[in-house]
Amino acid sequence: MILEILSSALDAAPALVFAALGATLSERGGVVNVGVEGMMRAGAFAAAVASLAMPTPLGVLVGMGAGASVAAIHGLLCIRWRSDQVVSGMALNLVMLALGTFLLEAVFSSPSSTPSITQLPLVFGRSPLTWLALVLPFIVHFALYRTAWGLRLRAVGEKPQAVAAMGVRVAPLRFGAVLMSGALAGLGGAVLSTSTLDRFEHHMPSGLGFMAVAAMVFGRWTPLGAAGAAAFFAFGNALRVGLSSSAPELLEVVPKGVLLALPYALTLLVLSLQGAKNVAPAALGHPYDPELR
Amino acid sequence: MIELRHITKRFGGVPALEDVSLEVRPGERLALIGENGAGKSSLMNVLYGLYQPDAGEVCFDGQAVKVKTPAEALARGVGMVHQHFTLVPTLTVTENVVLGREPTSWGRLDRARAEKEVAATCTRFGFQLDVSAVVQELSVGSQQKVEIVKALHRGVKTLILDEPTAVLTPQEADELFAVTRHLSDEGLAVVLISHKLREVLSFSTRIAVMRRGKKVAETTPAETSPEQLAGLMVGTEVPSPRERGEGQGEGPPLATLEKLTAKGLHEISLSIREGEILGIAGVDGNGQRELAEVLTGLREWSGGTFTYSGNTLRSWNPRTAREQGVAHIPEDRLRRAIISDLSVEENVSLGRQTRAPFAKGPLIDFDKRRACTTALLEANDVRPRDPKIRAGGLSGGNQQKLVVGRELDAAPKLLVVVQPTRGLDIAAVAAVREQLRDQRTRGCAVLLVSLDLDEVMELSDRIVVLCGGRVSGEFGRAEFDERLIGRCMLGVGSAPHPDPLPASQGEGDLSA
Repeated sequence: MILEILSSALDAAPALVFAALGATLSERGGVVNVGVEGMMRAGAFAAAVASLAMPTPLGVLVGMGAGASVAAIHGLLCIRWRSDQVVSGMALNLVMLALGTFLLEAVFSSPSSTPSITQLPLVFGRSPLTWLALVLPFIVHFALYRTAWGLRLRAVGEKPQAVAAMGVRVAPLRFGAVLMSGALAGLGGAVLSTSTLDRFEHHMPSGLGFMAVAAMVFGRWTPLGAAGAAAFFAFGNALRVGLSSSAPELLEVVPKGVLLALPYALTLLVLSLQGAKNVAPAALGHPYDPELR
Repeated sequence: MIELRHITKRFGGVPALEDVSLEVRPGERLALIGENGAGKSSLMNVLYGLYQPDAGEVCFDGQAVKVKTPAEALARGVGMVHQHFTLVPTLTVTENVVLGREPTSWGRLDRARAEKEVAATCTRFGFQLDVSAVVQELSVGSQQKVEIVKALHRGVKTLILDEPTAVLTPQEADELFAVTRHLSDEGLAVVLISHKLREVLSFSTRIAVMRRGKKVAETTPAETSPEQLAGLMVGTEVPSPRERGEGQGEGPPLATLEKLTAKGLHEISLSIREGEILGIAGVDGNGQRELAEVLTGLREWSGGTFTYSGNTLRSWNPRTAREQGVAHIPEDRLRRAIISDLSVEENVSLGRQTRAPFAKGPLIDFDKRRACTTALLEANDVRPRDPKIRAGGLSGGNQQKLVVGRELDAAPKLLVVVQPTRGLDIAAVAAVREQLRDQRTRGCAVLLVSLDLDEVMELSDRIVVLCGGRVSGEFGRAEFDERLIGRCMLGVGSAPHPDPLPASQGEGDLSA
């Protein structure tokens, strides 16, 4: 049973890992991204719909583009117009929630899901995105800590004035990070609709975006930490699935709702245990205003 | 050569600079002096591309250039070191210095090469720095060096230093001036923004004076005097400091601490009398902050007693303290005294916003609040006199005047003041000191914490020295001696009153 749970965790993890990496990039640059949920939803929907008309791998790319598009709105609102970053993210989540449901009805006349598509072909018995999720955290880590771009991004999240004073433009740097964040969240969403399932379902991503943000916090805003935390949460998710299928007698003792809430409760528990260690980027949530005195 | 021609800059209609022209020549050390808000920093921010002028132009070697960003300024050889450092605290010295122009190989940051290059720049200009140290672990003096190295590493030919000594110890300041003198010998132009006349006169080769957004004079150290400069800065003759005046001497003790122990404080015994200024001397971080926090109700104590106005206190918090006449002018005004995003009038009402004249029942009395604020701004010479603007938009000196004005407005019985004149210009320093003396004359008990021993000695009737959270000495006015107090500050002196007597027994003639 343990093996089963681990295997199912490996399938559940990629979506969370991508989204958590995305959130990390945006927030290391100083832009709060609670819109991950909405960006994942956009990615999941667009990937499924596109895959009806083109090969699924291309559909996945479309999903990433959709996530990035939503992120572009977030970037415009937060960076260009300096609006409140949390409000912007939450608003996008709500819009995407409604838009997804509306489009399902309007285009497919279905309240629940899109038609089935061809899933991504497996590589060594698993989705290629699963393998990518194993490698990508290290690539992001390298980019953030070993490249000039990463140095600038970390600096801009800590003290944008310093970066601007050295002649680097703050806005494009932040915007790029937010776009990448959206593309990664979109990729995470595409995992759900092209690998985990073979269609977009109306409830996707059912809170995984928020868990990804939680994973980023638990991972202390580092790529490897966030990915590790995402894997841990995915394990919690798999545990729920595993327990309800392999030990149905448990359901007689524990209400189903409690079991369903397990991954979320785990998230809450972990975050509250972590306490208020102040490791967030110092300029997180603060729009940069060059003439502010 | 750089010329600023007829620069005008407004902030929301308020003119910060009006038709200012200035030249900066290679190899010179130009001092730009003026009061807070006179426009010194704004002018240099225009040159550095941080502000866009509303009118006028910046010329490099006779050619008018629009400097739109600091990047363009840097490319033209202009570097600026700000009053508030623009360093990323979590990065290393090297990372901060190379930021924006990192040596890379195939996109990968070449750390080894970066460190070597930065170390070479340090050596070349005579800076001693650990290039791989994390910036937040460095002393303030070293952080400032990093700022300068940052500019030099870009090969700047003009270096602007904005109030560089405000945060430095005298030793660090001397070192800074030695290094910058060396830079101008190498042909760099150095612009020093300052309001400290002594350092301006000893350091610069040319002096430009600004007042209220205009350049009012240009001179050289040889042709002028501190008095003349001060007059130019303020616009009128500066009143020479009044005789320090006498406290009422032996008023009854208002607040008495006996063997009080709190986090950072060990068995502190002292008393503060009505009508005296009790100075607290000590090296930074030896319990001064903690003492001020205990008195103002911001910090709990775990042992000993605190008697205020004849009552032994059981509980004490900022609210009860304020209700009983304690006022607090804290060290960090942006943290403890001002909410920078609120307007000036809202800040004036803070702490008494529930009482008349600021409230009428549960509602804000907008008219009276406006009237009170206007009067307070006038009385304390806060500029601009606009009750509606963001408090954070005021210059540091004007913020401090606002805080001082608000705290004294309540006619406190005990006034706890920490570093009241730090970062202020001469006129403001004189005004604040005057106000403290007036409070004493009025019968207020004043506790003055300052890291500036001269200030403590000038103002206090009595000095208590703290070292390691303990009282290491107490001096009556007749016993003031810089060396003796200095030894107590370091904890090596023998104090005249190592164990102060309870206040009721008196200390002798304090006003001698």
